[in-house]
Amino acid sequence: MANPTIELKGIRKSFGPVDVLKGVDMQVFAGKVSALVGDNGAGKSTLIKGLSGAQPYDAGEVFFDGSPVAINSPKDASALGIEVVYQDLALCENLDIVQNMFLGREEVHQGMLNQAEMEKHAAATLGSLSVRTMKSVRQKVSSLSGGQRQTVAIARAVLQKAKVVILDEPTAALGVAQTEQVLNLVRRLADSGVAVIIISHNLADVFQVCDYINVLYLGTMTAQLETAKTNHPDVVAYITGTKSDTKIAEESVA
Amino acid sequence: MSTEPGHSSNPSTNTAAATATAAAQHTSIPTGHEGSVRDQFDAYLQRVRGGEMGMLPALAALVIITLVFWIATPFFITKLNIANLLTQTGALMMLAMALTFVILLAEIDLSAGVTGGLSMAIFILLTNKSSLPWVVALLVALVCAASIGLFIGFFVAKVGIPSFVITLGLFLGLQGLNLVLLGNAGAYRIQTPAIVAIMNKSMPVWAGWLMLLIMVGLSLGTGMYDRARRAAAGMAVRPMSLLWARVGALAIGGGLIVWLLSLNRSTSSVEIKGVPIVVPLALTVMWVGTMMLDRTRFGLHLYAVGGNPEAARRAGINVARIRIAAFMICSSLACLSGLFSASQTGTVESSAGRDIVLSGVAAAVVGGVSLFGGRGRLVQAAIGALLISMITNGLGLLGQSAGITLLVTGGVLILAATVDALSRRRSGSTSLARG
Ligand SMILES: Nc1ncnc2c1ncn2[C@@H]1O[C@H](COP(=O)(O)OP(=O)(O)OP(=O)(O)O)[C@@H](O)[C@H]1O
Ligand SMILES: [Mg+2]
Repeated sequence: MANPTIELKGIRKSFGPVDVLKGVDMQVFAGKVSALVGDNGAGKSTLIKGLSGAQPYDAGEVFFDGSPVAINSPKDASALGIEVVYQDLALCENLDIVQNMFLGREEVHQGMLNQAEMEKHAAATLGSLSVRTMKSVRQKVSSLSGGQRQTVAIARAVLQKAKVVILDEPTAALGVAQTEQVLNLVRRLADSGVAVIIISHNLADVFQVCDYINVLYLGTMTAQLETAKTNHPDVVAYITGTKSDTKIAEESVA
Repeated sequence: MSTEPGHSSNPSTNTAAATATAAAQHTSIPTGHEGSVRDQFDAYLQRVRGGEMGMLPALAALVIITLVFWIATPFFITKLNIANLLTQTGALMMLAMALTFVILLAEIDLSAGVTGGLSMAIFILLTNKSSLPWVVALLVALVCAASIGLFIGFFVAKVGIPSFVITLGLFLGLQGLNLVLLGNAGAYRIQTPAIVAIMNKSMPVWAGWLMLLIMVGLSLGTGMYDRARRAAAGMAVRPMSLLWARVGALAIGGGLIVWLLSLNRSTSSVEIKGVPIVVPLALTVMWVGTMMLDRTRFGLHLYAVGGNPEAARRAGINVARIRIAAFMICSSLACLSGLFSASQTGTVESSAGRDIVLSGVAAAVVGGVSLFGGRGRLVQAAIGALLISMITNGLGLLGQSAGITLLVTGGVLILAATVDALSRRRSGSTSLARG
């Protein structure tokens, strides 16, 4: 198998006396969609926050393209090409699609915003993701649907030349049709060579779009499965803890 | 891999971005610049119906109020009264534009008026009691005002005090400082002719026409420049006729006003004609400010912070820096507003700037600058100020009392705030974050 874009080894994180991550290993591959599933409080968000630099790990190693890296701030993460699309998306509704996609990394020409160039790249990026549901790239985000907003947030990550895109519950707030659109988008994103991580509670979505399924149970990675070689009941069993590949760390029992 | 011809200045190294650029050639989402004049008009109507009304309500109000007063009194549309209106609006307009910078962040500066007053107190003390050249004194006043803005910005952005509270404190405190500096013994006369001239003198007639020529030239120039840049990037451009229409409207409307002001409007034997000096000053500030807000990263980041501070922060924008800068700009422009009022009366007194600040806020809101932040432009604040001045001026001409004027102004303000709230709801400010 190809070398992983990101490899986590022995990641630990505790908040005071509470061990939230108890030596987690995970691999993420370019061109593949990896799901991160687990029950509420399993530690999924905590694991992701370490990758995005929002909340560094206590211990463990992170390898990016094979070499060890330290991610201590969001800047470190984006320098490596790791982009997170948070569940609340964090878009500016009063700005338009182009402005949101380029926010913080605008193209400037002679001290002035290079509107034409940014518009062009935004339209091209959306086009490459086969997004055609928007009337205009100059539409204000306030006038977009939930799925379209999710699309803008994902396109923003693509535009920033992300190598790894992490999506926190991208379909949680969406209806059937929009969920379908976003999942298709995620697939195309991976097909273009990006390593995608999706956190989701919706196993139907996970089975539809993901290549790998990683299950966290109480801070331990209990299973790393290939979607093609597993099934729904199995994954549920891993999530609820009735089944485990790895021995659950002793501390959790104590 | 992509065989795209020319003009791709952006190095697309990532695979996704590279395919993106290649794909742009065939599949592309419109940019809003495509189509005929008719299409453009339809798209505009659709945006308005969707709640993005921009300056439309304020412009409509401007037309309606003009017509009403024009019909009601023969004195409203006269050379003399138009000149009066322009000078009467000067200080309020400048203050409304000043406040726009902080209102865009959903903040407020209640001390903006007295900041203007204080900087004029400093100016008058420096010019009357020392031999400092007035230009230097004015610069010192401007720096003092800017540091008040820095002070407010620090407390809002770094300490986390609501701007309403910190500027209320300054509103009281700076009035005290003004009293200490000037005493309550009445007014100081301004002895600098250049300062008095701003509100009380007019430019030569030719300078008024030159001003208009520059405005038309800038409008046409920026329009053509934008088109050229879009064309160079291979992007669609709007029909040229739209630009001509805009520039033409400016030339005709502006030409009418400059022409009226170029006629002798004196009621005595001494001739008075020309555009009042305050007009080009105010227009310059508006133009520079608008360029900054519309075309620079700073301006965009200001709107972003006003729209969603958390999103701005995650995008790597230094939110505290933007906040502090906005308060500094507000206070600096407030100093100019103070200068305009001082010039108008020819005096500076310890209570200067105390009463004008709420009218300034009202003007911005009436013009369509949203108190919720993130929406509004300087020209809207200016139109709002003009509206409020017109109401005061027109009702005054009709012999109405100050009480009626306040009642009408208050009503207009409430109406404007309602339009703002409704159009916000219209434009669906629901998001996943709030849903
Ligand atoms: N800053 C914190 N301080 C203390 N405890 C925390 C902190 N952040 C998370 N935790 C705890 O860590 C555990 C894992 O939290 P985390 O948010 O990673 O779970 P999750 O898998 O994302 O759950 P969900 O599916 O509900 O989002 C929880 O028990 C939570 O209470
Ligand atoms: Mg979570």
